[in-house]
Amino acid sequence: MKPPAFSYHDPRNLADVVGLLGSLDNAKLLAGGQSLMPMLNMRYVLPDHVIDLNRVDGLDYIRETDGALEIGAMTRQRDIEFSDLVRRRCPLMHEAIVQVGHRQTRNRGTLGGSLCHLDPAAELVAVAAALDAKVTVAGKNGARSIDFAAFPVAYMTPALEPDELLTGASFPCWSKRHGYAFAEFSRRHGDFAIVSAAALIEEDDSGKVTRAAVTLGGLGAAPVRASEVERALIGEKIEDKMLREICEPLRKLDAVDDIHAPSAYRQQLATVLPRRALLKAHERAIERIAAKARA
Amino acid sequence: MSENMSENMSETRTIAVTVNGARREATVPVRLTLADFLRHRLGLTGTHLGCEHGVCGACTILFDGYSARSCLMLAVQADGHEIMTVEGIAPDAETLHPLQQAFRDNHGLQCGFCTPGILTTLIELLRDNPNPTEADIRIGISGNLCRCTGYHNIVVAALDAARRLRADDRGRTTEDG
Repeated sequence: MKPPAFSYHDPRNLADVVGLLGSLDNAKLLAGGQSLMPMLNMRYVLPDHVIDLNRVDGLDYIRETDGALEIGAMTRQRDIEFSDLVRRRCPLMHEAIVQVGHRQTRNRGTLGGSLCHLDPAAELVAVAAALDAKVTVAGKNGARSIDFAAFPVAYMTPALEPDELLTGASFPCWSKRHGYAFAEFSRRHGDFAIVSAAALIEEDDSGKVTRAAVTLGGLGAAPVRASEVERALIGEKIEDKMLREICEPLRKLDAVDDIHAPSAYRQQLATVLPRRALLKAHERAIERIAAKARA
Repeated sequence: MSENMSENMSETRTIAVTVNGARREATVPVRLTLADFLRHRLGLTGTHLGCEHGVCGACTILFDGYSARSCLMLAVQADGHEIMTVEGIAPDAETLHPLQQAFRDNHGLQCGFCTPGILTTLIELLRDNPNPTEADIRIGISGNLCRCTGYHNIVVAALDAARRLRADDRGRTTEDG
């Protein structure tokens, strides 16, 4: 297996990338290469041009701005995994990213690559949906921001024009007392999830939920928010029986049927994983509130 | 496909890469993978190719000190960077690295096909975490497929190697002062 013939471009700055995207036909952007390179080796894709982003300046950063984590498109998954800032301000992302692939793939794989490849079961895609992320896109008319909810337009298809690229994403942080959990089911460690669930909650001092986000990945073409579950949680105290009741209707969500699992199996996981994630998130919310009281 | 097919079929670049401490220059097709560059152009056939699409881990090398699958990189991407392959692990032709010696002593390999990728992966793991648990080792090599051993003796060898390397380290510290 060898990649097909292509012309190779390795621009050094964003303006040159945008210029190349605007002038070349049938070009593919190469980020960490953990999805595109296998597709090239197997000749699933036949680009005339490969534009390598690995030598472009300024797309590799993790910073906190106005209560949100901003992460550059070419930031390696490894750097997200080992970032103290991510662990402190967005622990859900840390918990999710250690379930992405393996050490060797996280060393190369990037945030932008994952978000644009848009595998329906990808952990970072689910995290972006869970946190109501915004992605920043650059093109010949300058930069624009897209709500992540509107970013997947079809199966593995981002809302990008042919002459645009994703330059970064912004993930709004939750309060310092929020609880979180990322739960997934996969056949082997490091695989894409068959189904994943991300839970984020905030509770008041009496333990009643004041804010909730519940996200399911791996069911359809893109992650879905369980908005009815989110609404039903508000004002409630989390316990197992109540979670069983409010998560049961998730079985009715559409789910794909493929070689990895039949749709009924995914629908079963869609009732189980959010409950597990919410219970864990609740435990953590209590721990964090207690830790804050001790401090 | 475009009309410049025949033209870019042969598009090449000249690259300079440091491989196992030695600077190597070559003119390569831009579509050549790093794994094929190491094997066919440099003759470093210790880097094995199992699946060639990033699943088996046999082609793992260290790229600027970090493990990576060399079948998922292009040779041109290595220009100006440092590569370590399995051939670069041993201190000299007569001496095995403690990790290699631990694999030999503990029957940590059978057919040996996956071994280069597992050794390079473990070089990084033991550097970053000199005192790993069994679970750390199992998660660390979860991106490397072995069809012979059932992994048991690989894990035993890796834990033994960690002990040897810690002992070496203490030895050095004592000698130093």
